[in-house]
Amino acid sequence: MTPDVPLIEVRGLRVGFHTSGGTVAAVDDVDFSVRTGETLAIVGESGSGKSVMSLSLLRLVPSAITSGEILFHGEDLLAKPAHAMRDIRGGRIGMIFQEPNTSLNPVQTIGDQIVEAIQLHEAVGKAAARARAVEVLELTGIPSPKARMRSYPHELSGGMRQRAMIAMALACRPELLIADEPTTALDVTVQAQILDLMRELKANSGAAIILITHDLGVVAEMADRVAVMYAGRIVEIAPVTDLFDGPEHPYTIGLLSSMPSIDGDSDTLTPIEGSMPDPLALPAGCRFQPRCPFAIKRCAVEAPPLETVRPGHLSACWRAPLLETLTRGGQQ
Amino acid sequence: MTSPNNATLLQVEGLSKKFSVAGRWPWQKRTLSAVNDISFSIAPGETLSLVGESGCGKSTAGRMLVGLTAPSAGRILFEGQDLSGQTASQQRAMRRRIQLIFQDPYGSLNPRMTVGELIAEPALLHGLADRRSANDRVAELLGLVGLAKRHAGRYPHEFSGGQRQRIGIARALAVEPRLIVCDEPVSALDVSVQAQIVNLLQSLQDRLGLSYLFISHGLSVVRHISHRVAVMYLGNIVEIGPKAAIFDQPSHPYTRALLAAAPVPRPGARQASVALAGDMPSPLDPPSGCRFHPRCPFAIERCRREIPALTPGGDGRLVACHRWQEIPAFQANAPGAQHAPKTTRLLALYRQAAANSNSRMSSN
Repeated sequence: MTPDVPLIEVRGLRVGFHTSGGTVAAVDDVDFSVRTGETLAIVGESGSGKSVMSLSLLRLVPSAITSGEILFHGEDLLAKPAHAMRDIRGGRIGMIFQEPNTSLNPVQTIGDQIVEAIQLHEAVGKAAARARAVEVLELTGIPSPKARMRSYPHELSGGMRQRAMIAMALACRPELLIADEPTTALDVTVQAQILDLMRELKANSGAAIILITHDLGVVAEMADRVAVMYAGRIVEIAPVTDLFDGPEHPYTIGLLSSMPSIDGDSDTLTPIEGSMPDPLALPAGCRFQPRCPFAIKRCAVEAPPLETVRPGHLSACWRAPLLETLTRGGQQ
Repeated sequence: MTSPNNATLLQVEGLSKKFSVAGRWPWQKRTLSAVNDISFSIAPGETLSLVGESGCGKSTAGRMLVGLTAPSAGRILFEGQDLSGQTASQQRAMRRRIQLIFQDPYGSLNPRMTVGELIAEPALLHGLADRRSANDRVAELLGLVGLAKRHAGRYPHEFSGGQRQRIGIARALAVEPRLIVCDEPVSALDVSVQAQIVNLLQSLQDRLGLSYLFISHGLSVVRHISHRVAVMYLGNIVEIGPKAAIFDQPSHPYTRALLAAAPVPRPGARQASVALAGDMPSPLDPPSGCRFHPRCPFAIERCRREIPALTPGGDGRLVACHRWQEIPAFQANAPGAQHAPKTTRLLALYRQAAANSNSRMSSN
């Protein structure tokens, strides 16, 4: 493990779509990196661009106009030919989706699907591939994995299907796992099982994880670092404890204030007023400014850059560091 | 929050629902017991939550209350009258008083009708408004749910998810109900919008004295909005009681497991959980005795044989467990389960600034 070289580094990533109303940038100038063994959570609400971004890391959005650089081990994935990408997808970079139902083939057994994934990426015989498939199924805690090899997806419960998905993603021993809302469709007790499983597998395999989620509770449990996305941009990125113990972007605070308090003792929630801006009519200056209770004149004129507030803690807000600015301003 | 009084608005007694489903062969019939002998009551102005995981029967219970599913057994008494023994016209008048809000408001709104038509329709059907007064009523209802009068001429697809849920609420309110069954009303919404809808439901309760049956799997929202909570597992209520009793001192092992599994937005706050092993068994083939025993860490031989009855368990709760008195006390929230001091201050500043900017906006 070389802690200083990031496993994947994204620079100036922009993902756009042509629409009848003009070109829309779903992801707009995003930079981040993930190291080996690290879990980076990307949080945001619907329309923040988090899912499009995770898909475009593997070039899975065919209609998108993508620019920037995605450096995986220093090589730009955006410059690779299509066949090279096929080797990487599901091989060195695995992916877990939200809906195991729609991502598993309904007319193929779980075993065949995992074997297919292994044989696509590695020159192994059928028997060896089957043995490996049973092994990874066992790893994910599926009871009687040999029998489950012959099951079709519809014969499994939601939690079991998600375990099968994880087994498939792990079958080729990926260095990076991209998990897009892996537990959103599951019940809480099953979610707890899957999160425990992912933590355990990460500890054993040393793979890095990019976890896309809207749930700050899941983030707090899983992440080493967190990037908060709003309207296509990263507005805050920080180590997990730093983010929860001293958020530096008003949107992050707004998300926390929208949640019922941990001890359940508050009377009213403070939601973020308004809604996510239309990507065709983005507000001038900071994109969060029309909904931000801390906004000042400058926010509507100039877009704030993502800058270091404290070591490792970056925020795109003119008023950061927030607590110092707000209390100095006589707003007590 | 209004404090509910003691009179009963709705009383449910021994309600069950059995579905007949095909077995291994189409001519073999098996019985799926979705809801199994549940009883509860709701007072005026009170919110009772039904929580549980998918397949526990909570939605079926809600559908029976509004008359979308016929109960197999049991009684539903609303304002003292039994809903089952009524003529069609009596039923229709009663049904008006119990309305339903769905999880996916878009699926429940006719895409070819304007919002004004959608909201006026139930009131017209029940004779609560005529064509002339309908417009005023629509404007009033739109105001009540935080939408503008001009929205009446638009179509559902022009609205965001949160606004559609507001339209669904306005439609439910149009017939002046006393009880609203809310089936996962905020589960499909983003967290910031969730808070807007939760606040709206609470303020409507305060203003109109509504009662809610709040069906949800989201524990933090349930904790926020309810007065009382019923926890369901495989068609049975396993624990029911005041919110504080359920969340601070849960007695039933399943309630404990649910609370322990919920992620907390503070790193390191959730204790290494007793992650519940396995999945919920199929309701077609429920386990013997206590239905929770195969997954219960405290199960003994007796749990495999005898079905536990709901019995008083302290703090005004009922609990269905043979062993609730013997099992170790529950460590509710770790002391670290609160926000850090700096985050708490920032949240206070945010709330204050948000309140200020709201009052500025409304005074303009």
